[in-house]
Amino acid sequence: MSTAFPQAAKVALGMPQLRSNLAHATGTIRAKRAKVAGELDDWEQLRSAAAAIKADVQRRMPELAVAFERNATEAGATVHWARDAAEANAIAARITREAGADEVVKVKSMATQEIELNEHFEAEGLAAWETDLAELIVQLAEDKPSHILVPAIHYNRTEIRDIFRNRMADAPKGLTDDPAALAEAARLHLRRRFLSAKVAVSGANFAVAETGSLVVVESEGNGRMCLTMPETLISVVGVEKLLPRFADLEVFMQLLPRSSTGERMNPYTSVWTGRAAGDGPKDVHIILLDNGRTEVLADEVGRQALSCIRCSACLNVCPVYERTGGHAYGHVYPGPIGAILAPQLEPGRHDDLPYASSLCGACYEVCPVKINIPEVLVHLRQQGPHQAGEKAAMGAAEAVMARPRLWRAALGAARFFSRPWRGRGFVRRLPWPGSKWTMSRDMPVPPKESFRDWWKERER
Amino acid sequence: MSRIGLFITCVNDALYPQTPKAVVAVLERLGYEVDFPRAQTCCGQMHANSGYRGDATRLAESFERVFGSYDAVVTPSGSCAAMARDQYPGLIGSDIGERVYELSEFLLDRAGVDDVGARFPHTVTYHPTCHGTRALGLGDKPLRLLRAVDGIELVELPEADQCCGFGGTFALKNADVSSAMLEDKCRNAAGTGAEYLAAADNSCLTHIGGGISRSGGPKPIHYAEILASTA
Repeated sequence: MSTAFPQAAKVALGMPQLRSNLAHATGTIRAKRAKVAGELDDWEQLRSAAAAIKADVQRRMPELAVAFERNATEAGATVHWARDAAEANAIAARITREAGADEVVKVKSMATQEIELNEHFEAEGLAAWETDLAELIVQLAEDKPSHILVPAIHYNRTEIRDIFRNRMADAPKGLTDDPAALAEAARLHLRRRFLSAKVAVSGANFAVAETGSLVVVESEGNGRMCLTMPETLISVVGVEKLLPRFADLEVFMQLLPRSSTGERMNPYTSVWTGRAAGDGPKDVHIILLDNGRTEVLADEVGRQALSCIRCSACLNVCPVYERTGGHAYGHVYPGPIGAILAPQLEPGRHDDLPYASSLCGACYEVCPVKINIPEVLVHLRQQGPHQAGEKAAMGAAEAVMARPRLWRAALGAARFFSRPWRGRGFVRRLPWPGSKWTMSRDMPVPPKESFRDWWKERER
Repeated sequence: MSRIGLFITCVNDALYPQTPKAVVAVLERLGYEVDFPRAQTCCGQMHANSGYRGDATRLAESFERVFGSYDAVVTPSGSCAAMARDQYPGLIGSDIGERVYELSEFLLDRAGVDDVGARFPHTVTYHPTCHGTRALGLGDKPLRLLRAVDGIELVELPEADQCCGFGGTFALKNADVSSAMLEDKCRNAAGTGAEYLAAADNSCLTHIGGGISRSGGPKPIHYAEILASTA
């Protein structure tokens, strides 16, 4: 089994600036989310409705995908089907070339991060420019996002100022770390990109089967620029983003902003249905992406991970994520949702991620679509490979525990052999693997008299 | 009279006899007769949550055999009660978990008592353990019982709902992250200045207590022992 996560986590834990940035940022969003979610009397009913709609989508995915294709095509869009990342990237690159362009502007999108569209474009001699402020910061730093919603959560503003100064050619001289100054520098930089781009690439938060519409939910307005200014628009959409009816948006538009940024309503919601004459892009392409999703669908317990609307509420409440950040997870989807999504989307890889959780359940409590993340974590642990030594130890423990007489004998032996430490009451240092415990914790010593002894005495 | 079985849990069986003794004392004070079936061992949670479904299934079956005939099973562990209630249906198709009560559930929901006649003149801070609070939905039940204790002074624990970092084998597999979580929990606990840190699970208290043993802070105690106290 891979030990990538524990090792990467250890590195992250040794970075005090990172831990302080993360604790501050997740703590702030956590409090905002709790406040605005608490304002709605029907929050729990909304969560149940969202879970039911998503479960319906998972049961009827082929039918809904075909309906979406038909309705979007009728409205003037061109729908493409991509089995995997390579197919999706190839289609996007071909459309870009056919539009006579060698660069695209991008709306923040997890699907294109997942398929590594930027890297693929670069390899093909095309440029993909991120226009979301945080994604821009990450791209300039030649880094990877560390959070689904707040990709640059691991940087503070001083670090961002330095990235702009060193990596953004048109950064104003004497740029300070004042948030307004940083935003203005990014705005000027991006404005030039928006005005020259012929092609834009987006993802979508929702794809409405009934109408063939796509929906993008954002805060900055850069998405709206990308979706309306260039002549060609390419949207890469995971098939799990489907919703049956337009009216279903009513549920999700209440849940998503509150769960993600802790706002009652997000500043920009763009909905488009194919092409509109004289308005917006003339050429509209939609790439429906599978990339492992239909395989996940086949697992009755695991498939609830496909209900995810990428709000990041689970990341912000996760005590593990808060301390390690997103990079430690080694996948585009970090945190609790990543721990159940990554190993399912890429079977055989990330088998250490289902263990990157204390199963505290904070994620399930806040998930707006009620994904029972602890349940799926345990389910995946039960599928996964086990290390031979551990398996033998667990089997031995079970063999003892399944036999009451052996169990009592084992407890008696533990009391007997731990006598030398009883005076002090605890053990400070144990041999491996107990050393993993005593690295930070003392181990209590079994008592002289067990409950069983006491009970037997009492019965007499 | 309904038959009440006491499930002491493997952790208490091995390390903490005082906690099940306290449960017996509280229940008997309220007039209940308690039975301790000697064949009990472990609910199987460690195996299930570490990914060993086969082992867990056999332990769950054994639990069902031992406790199947009782009208109610009382246990001083939110985590083990949650195991029976949440996971046994999927594991062995048994609804015995419906009859397994964490102590505070039994006292408040079944016995209808919140004042158990205890006296404990000390300052206490309370850590709501994750499985009890979230998986079992205990809410503030143990706290309601503690509030009714004579002489007790309860002090709020900052960031109380954050996991202490135990998580069973998580504490070993991700020892560094676990230790970082523990460090914050111990700091918050020590900051309360309380004499005792109470909780509904001795496994979590083993973890927190193991940290406090080095860094200093309140003495860990299962809340059942506070309820049993009449000092």
